[in-house]
Amino acid sequence: MEAQVLFDTLKGKFGDAVVELQGEGCSPAFVVVAPASVQEIARFLRDDPALSFDSLMCLSGVDYKEKFAVAYHLHSMKHRHAIGMKAFLPRETPSLPTVDDVWPAANFHEREAFDLFGIVFEGSKDLRRILLPEDWEGHPLRKDYKYPDFYHGIKV
Amino acid sequence: MSPDPAHGQPPGPGPPPAAPLAHGSAPSPGLGPEAHVMVGNADLFVNWSRKSSLWYLLFATACCGIELMQAGASRYDMDRFGAVFRATPRQSDLMLVAGTITHKMADRVKRLYDQMPEPKYVISMGSCANTGGPFYKDSYCVVKGVDLLIPVDVYIPGCPPRPEALIDGIMSLQKIIMRKKNFGAKA
Repeated sequence: MEAQVLFDTLKGKFGDAVVELQGEGCSPAFVVVAPASVQEIARFLRDDPALSFDSLMCLSGVDYKEKFAVAYHLHSMKHRHAIGMKAFLPRETPSLPTVDDVWPAANFHEREAFDLFGIVFEGSKDLRRILLPEDWEGHPLRKDYKYPDFYHGIKV
Repeated sequence: MSPDPAHGQPPGPGPPPAAPLAHGSAPSPGLGPEAHVMVGNADLFVNWSRKSSLWYLLFATACCGIELMQAGASRYDMDRFGAVFRATPRQSDLMLVAGTITHKMADRVKRLYDQMPEPKYVISMGSCANTGGPFYKDSYCVVKGVDLLIPVDVYIPGCPPRPEALIDGIMSLQKIIMRKKNFGAKA
């Protein structure tokens, strides 16, 4: 399915929650959506028979300095097409609904984004640090992260 | 009397001294001068047996572990040096730190080292374990050298080192072990 057709479908169904289509220079194209409606759009993308995006290939956090983003890469085994979905978040309160009940694979990816960027996924089944130690302070992949001098008495 | 080559005494320890040492004549209550010969041989025997059975803890944390596996497999065959891997620290003499150590792993490294019985040795294999390697600059999660955690006997450079380098490191450690003094006077 063409990205423009998919974007028009989503725009017709969800209205203002679907913001724009970023097709220039990225493959697959990204549909930018409002963070509050990520979960229902994701459910529609998975369940609609013409779309049936049954696979969440990747979920990543991005730091744009003035804001954060969460990028979803989706793929359909049935129709062999792919699309990206992106939600921009304010830097002060980066939080949006979880999609781990739509695609269970999202859980580990969301934990990684939480661990390294501090993005909070509301309603997640299990939102803990996944890579760093439990008692680590801060979120290291943020651009304004300051390294600690010592961790458990060992110089960092 | 000059010894006759054909009919002289056989080589070996000489006859016992004619007069036994009087009690209390030695300057210190340690072992006598002849005993040092026996103790030196005991050192040699103990060191030889230790260096000939260096069982190492299988502790591969990154790509150096692949070279470690290859060095232990049939082509390079570290078994011929008596070095075989054990899966538990309680049966190990040598900790081969093969790979990157993160701060999350650091507690485990220390605990495994503490669980090993004495005498124990550590070989730091590869740039990551030596200094942090490619993660030395701008890494929040990698320990900049395993010698910040535990004492290291031999460092092997390389990223990762070839099995020949690893075997050279094991042989260097064997030389270090052969120099150890386990018995006799401390002075």
